[in-house]
Amino acid sequence: METNTRMKKSRLVKDRIFFGAVCVLSALTAIPLVLIIWEVLKKGYRQLNWSFFTEEAPNSLEAMMAVNAGDLIPGGVANGLVGSLLMVLMAVVIAVPVGILAGIRLSEHPESRFSGVVRSVAELLQGTPSIVIGLIIYGWVVKPLGSYSGFAGGIALAMLMLPLIIRSTEETLKMLPGSLKEAGLALGASYSTVILRVLLPSAFGGLFTGILLAVSRVLGETAPLMLTALGASAIEWNIFEPMSALPLQIWEFYNDPNLSGLIWSTSLFLLLLILVLNLLAKRIARKWKI
Amino acid sequence: MKDKIFRGLLYGACVLVLLLCAAMVYSLVSGSWQAFGQFGFFRFLFSAEWDPTAGKEEYGAWAFVTGTLYTSFLALVLCIPFSLPVALFTGEYFRKTRIASVISSIVDLLAGIPSIVYGLWGFYTLCPLMKSWGLSDQGFGVLTSSIVLAIMIIPYASSLSAEFISMVPNELKEGAYSLGATRLEVIRTVVFPVAGSGIFAGYVLALGRALGETMAVTMLIGNTIQIPRSLGDTGNTMASVIANQFGEASGLKLSSLIAIGLLLFIITAVINFLGKLIMKRQRGK
Amino acid sequence: MTIMENMQDTTQGSPKHCILEFKDVSISYTEGKWAVKSVNAAIKERSITAIMGPSGCGKSTLLRSVNRMHELYPEIKTTGQILLDGKDVLQMNAMEVRRKAGMVFQRPNPFPTMSIYENVLAGYKLNGIKVSKAQKDEIVQKSLQDVGLWDEVKDSLMKRGSFLSGGQQQRLCIARAVALRPRILLMDEPTSALDPIATRKIEDMLLELKKEFTILIVTHNMSQAARISDDSMFMYLGELVEFSDTQTIFTNPRDKRTEEYLSGQFG
Repeated sequence: METNTRMKKSRLVKDRIFFGAVCVLSALTAIPLVLIIWEVLKKGYRQLNWSFFTEEAPNSLEAMMAVNAGDLIPGGVANGLVGSLLMVLMAVVIAVPVGILAGIRLSEHPESRFSGVVRSVAELLQGTPSIVIGLIIYGWVVKPLGSYSGFAGGIALAMLMLPLIIRSTEETLKMLPGSLKEAGLALGASYSTVILRVLLPSAFGGLFTGILLAVSRVLGETAPLMLTALGASAIEWNIFEPMSALPLQIWEFYNDPNLSGLIWSTSLFLLLLILVLNLLAKRIARKWKI
Repeated sequence: MKDKIFRGLLYGACVLVLLLCAAMVYSLVSGSWQAFGQFGFFRFLFSAEWDPTAGKEEYGAWAFVTGTLYTSFLALVLCIPFSLPVALFTGEYFRKTRIASVISSIVDLLAGIPSIVYGLWGFYTLCPLMKSWGLSDQGFGVLTSSIVLAIMIIPYASSLSAEFISMVPNELKEGAYSLGATRLEVIRTVVFPVAGSGIFAGYVLALGRALGETMAVTMLIGNTIQIPRSLGDTGNTMASVIANQFGEASGLKLSSLIAIGLLLFIITAVINFLGKLIMKRQRGK
Repeated sequence: MTIMENMQDTTQGSPKHCILEFKDVSISYTEGKWAVKSVNAAIKERSITAIMGPSGCGKSTLLRSVNRMHELYPEIKTTGQILLDGKDVLQMNAMEVRRKAGMVFQRPNPFPTMSIYENVLAGYKLNGIKVSKAQKDEIVQKSLQDVGLWDEVKDSLMKRGSFLSGGQQQRLCIARAVALRPRILLMDEPTSALDPIATRKIEDMLLELKKEFTILIVTHNMSQAARISDDSMFMYLGELVEFSDTQTIFTNPRDKRTEEYLSGQFG
């Protein structure tokens, strides 16, 4: 009897200890996030002023003089902001239609062999390291056109977005009740009408959330843009010229000791953008839930 | 008629995806042809030479392959003690509660941080710590990169594991509870065996992510062309050598970098394929 | 042979015109396996005809073949003729057929992104049929009145239908089908997802609708068939075993299988 209760006790103690360990280790996982955000906030918030968004990146000399004088580094990230917006926009324009169409096809014929192949290939694309995508787009766009360009960067981002859009489209459409499509067809509407005017509007929330999440994913991509868009020190509206982007600017600032004061504010801004996109996506997903 | 065009568009989009992928493979292979032609596939793969001196150029991928494998596997090992508890926390202990969704949102946020910001944090915060703890001479190196990589892949590993852990049927667990098992015993004897291969698949896919990570590693590994001998050693990975050396590359060097890209593509494809395969098996069960 | 006789019995004895006729209809999903086997039947105008039978007997397939919704499954083969107003629907354009034969499904499925008003008009909207605002208002009011929903929703026509109860949603779906003024209404177990009170309401409403429309209804529920239908079909393993007026089939079935099913011995 005594041994029995003692055994039980040790089992319970083990159980408690394990539970405690799980909780503590789970909580520890949040620490890097807190540390990173804290560091970025602490070192970056002072620089986030109006000119940060409206002015181009300063040159090294200006920055050095300002730092020596104890001032804030002048200038901002307008060139990166414009570049990021343009390239992400290009990526959305290219990847969203193709991705949604392919996603529709996959959800319409989920079991077919062709769909299986397309799905696996999309997964392959999604698993491909972004730097490899950069290498490929360099060969496809930069080399033939003879110059690094925002266009090449946009295409690289589109390649990264495409599998995400296909997947989110398929998942969203799969969740709609099948009777919705039947109801549309039973009214005598054509297949394309039913898809475009019944299914897609019903899936709008999910599709939009998917697009926002994909945008937030590619917004922070640096490596593929190094091989395609290269970067530029001034605002560039011509998509066939080298173009900067927010993450590329972080990389440039990081490599220039005089400008390193700007990396934190740029990172902070980039993090905020991504955070806002994520929160927006979650909110929309909740609001549009059918 | 309209329907025909529409169906054609749907089909066309799928074909486009296939073509893109085929073209990707083609251009990687054709781009690396020169390097493989010059050195031979196996010599290129297993040589650790990287000498761009004109006239006696010599390139091999081995130093980068080993660097990639070291950092990624080490990151995988380092991430397990954190991602597994998170998975148990959100998928078992506090399944479907508010606290679980808070924890998983926090972990999701970790996945949202761009690679380059991780790199910055590693460079400015972690490196000095590593140096002061004596784990590395300059703060850079395999261990530093792996720690940051581990943090980066926690979200992937834990969310997939949690998914499979939460899918373990309640009846099975209740069966064990009814025999007087404690929670820990249920986890050990029911949850892990049932969800095991799904959890494993989650880690395989997380490994796939670690293999291809570029920026953070580039900023932390030291970028020296050598096979790392210890945890504190500097080195280079396949992704980071491409990022580093691409700017001034042309000719044989460019081809060699593309060849490294092809190798990286193949390794990640195989790892991801394995992960998905295990996962599908588990889901099908 | 008995089937043919049955059919003739009911058609000859009735003054009503037949709107829909199945002539030797067979349907197979996979080669050699028949979901529906040589069905012959004629459906009278402005009546309710119930199709009964155990699960998997082919009753839904038969119903869906009328507006060719059964073709959504690939590899389907249909032989025979299905005459709607004397024209073979299998030879017509499927979309045209579907406009003439409205359908109501097991679960209410109003379009979630459309308001109640738009839902009723969905058939017009999705088919690109232009109607004036006044006509629209009239169609909406008339259709909602037909299904007894008008008084309940007339003040919230522009709201989405998601706040309605299951029974109300189903009536909205019937209104959506009725709005196109179809020649026949096909109902696939329309009350199986509803509670008894909502079911009763819909049954009463169907008895009203019958004054204007022909209704073909698949039902699992024998007492429902007895309550509302004029004629009844009993199907078993793809065959139309018996088809006669409901009174007869329930009180004096000819076939032993019908008798067994109706007395609850299988199904």
